[in-house]
Amino acid sequence: MATETIETSDSIRDRSSGRRGATGRRTTVPHGLRGANLAWYVVLTLLSMVIVFPLWMTLVRAISNPTKVLLAPEPSLLPVDIQWNAFTQAFTEGGLGRPLLFSLLLTVVIVSAQLFTSLIAAYAFAFLEFPFKRLMFGIVVATLLLPVEVTLLTNIKTFQNLGWISPNQDFGGAFGSLTLPFTAAAVGIFLIRQGFLGLPRDLRDAAELDGYGHLKFLFKIAVPVTRPIIASFVLISFLGTYNQYVWPRQAVQNDQYNTIQLTLRAVAGQRLDQLNLPFAAALIASVPVLALLLIFQRQLISGLTAGAVKG
Amino acid sequence: MTDTVDRHSNVDRPGRSRSRRVGEAVAAVALLVPALAIFVAFFFWPLWRLVHYSLYQQNLQGTRERWVGPSQIVETLTGADFRQGLWVNVLFLIMTVPIGVLLGLLLATSANRRLRGIKIFQTIFSSTVASSVAVSAVVFFTLVNDQAGYFKDVSWLALDKPLSALFAVSLSSIWRNLGLTFVIVLAGLQAIPEEIQEASVLDGYSPIRRFLRITVPLLGPTLLFLAVVLTVDAFQAYAQMELLTGGGPGGATETILFKITKLAGPRDFGQGASMSLGLFVLTGLVAAAQFSVLNRRVHYGN
Repeated sequence: MATETIETSDSIRDRSSGRRGATGRRTTVPHGLRGANLAWYVVLTLLSMVIVFPLWMTLVRAISNPTKVLLAPEPSLLPVDIQWNAFTQAFTEGGLGRPLLFSLLLTVVIVSAQLFTSLIAAYAFAFLEFPFKRLMFGIVVATLLLPVEVTLLTNIKTFQNLGWISPNQDFGGAFGSLTLPFTAAAVGIFLIRQGFLGLPRDLRDAAELDGYGHLKFLFKIAVPVTRPIIASFVLISFLGTYNQYVWPRQAVQNDQYNTIQLTLRAVAGQRLDQLNLPFAAALIASVPVLALLLIFQRQLISGLTAGAVKG
Repeated sequence: MTDTVDRHSNVDRPGRSRSRRVGEAVAAVALLVPALAIFVAFFFWPLWRLVHYSLYQQNLQGTRERWVGPSQIVETLTGADFRQGLWVNVLFLIMTVPIGVLLGLLLATSANRRLRGIKIFQTIFSSTVASSVAVSAVVFFTLVNDQAGYFKDVSWLALDKPLSALFAVSLSSIWRNLGLTFVIVLAGLQAIPEEIQEASVLDGYSPIRRFLRITVPLLGPTLLFLAVVLTVDAFQAYAQMELLTGGGPGGATETILFKITKLAGPRDFGQGASMSLGLFVLTGLVAAAQFSVLNRRVHYGN
């Protein structure tokens, strides 16, 4: 499976560089090609509407004059009395800056911690022999099947008992309860272990002869060689962490420590003539992850599809 | 994601001294402790505590507890509140999973071809993977909110009727998951060997027949995997309800998880813990299905 995962990501890359979708159409129906292509463009454009229309309406409502939108007899597909200041107001009046930075900080800390704990655990599972290995790996896999939602109440209780979750929680309490439970990730251990298992069997023996210890081999050889898989994991971990909602919703009881996702709750309580602010906030909140998606599309996709497709 | 034959296993290799084996075991323990400690502290120990809390009732301050036994679990899980939550989850599942899989299939088959600029469409189709549940809920607020939404007068999306409210919420989930669904089906399509497609063309299969007879069966395992992923997602639904309907009308969009979060106070904690156990069993069933699906996939693949 390890090698297959790599092959999957490779095959995506290969095909995206030109061989994709060569279903024989080109060789069998050369004359109908033009018309068929045009038809596909129409279909693809229509399908794009499914994705784009809700986003378009959010943008329209963010830059429209909210009062005029409410007074309009018919809902409009186009902006009404355009005013761009919702995006700046989301920061000045909506106070979006602090939660945005806090979310980015939490995400960087969690992703780094997950990466570290996953790397060393994956190394142990891939390269070392020890008693109860299967059992321990079973424990890791078991957590994959247990969504955090199940243990939500008892984890909250744990942190309440520690005094980290309370209406007057301080930065340490909020930060600790938002990060600590997520400093290890079974997905990371699983993916990276598979990457390591794809390395040649004798690589570590050879390194050992050269006097490499466990950590030196891990960080000097194993990590660089499996970089694509590690990058995929970092991306899906970033995405999942930044977009978290359910746990922060329960863990943050002092509004000072809202994450960016939690500030979006305002949409349900906002006065109708100020709704442009949460709409702008939702778009602003998406910028970091959208940027990642656009820059690292290939790595992200191979991370998301690992396990879904056997190459 | 199946267990692999351990290619690095060197148990049987000769010349490994006892001290070396001990050294390796010690190193392994040191490397595994950070992750395992977190898993025990925040997964297994809390799971065990759930069992405890579901058997006890607490006083109003949460300072003392009284044994009430398994009857609390039975009463909670057969009570009207849990049954409503379960029903909402199941309906939500029915509203989101089949449509989600079909739309993903439609997007992926359309975008899996050689056209100039196809990358742009593929990027658009996959773009919602970046959207959080909360963002997708706000996005759909602009469409379905009963006062400010573009479709506020559309009766089958009305937020004041139980079924239409849940359907309106489910649209936001379908939309958010489209990116992931598209990406996974597209990868599945591209894993189908081109020779198979070409052979079917030579055999004179029409495009539709080729799609139904060749593509869909070969995609079967991928689509099953996707259905499981979307089902798990449906059981975790919360934010979209909180932001779009607040659980209403009359609890008609309150999932099990939604109800659990309302039972976090000391007085209701026993019931909340019991419901959490119920949710654990349900997600466990889905996980078991996931495993059997994945195991079947391995036999397919090899």
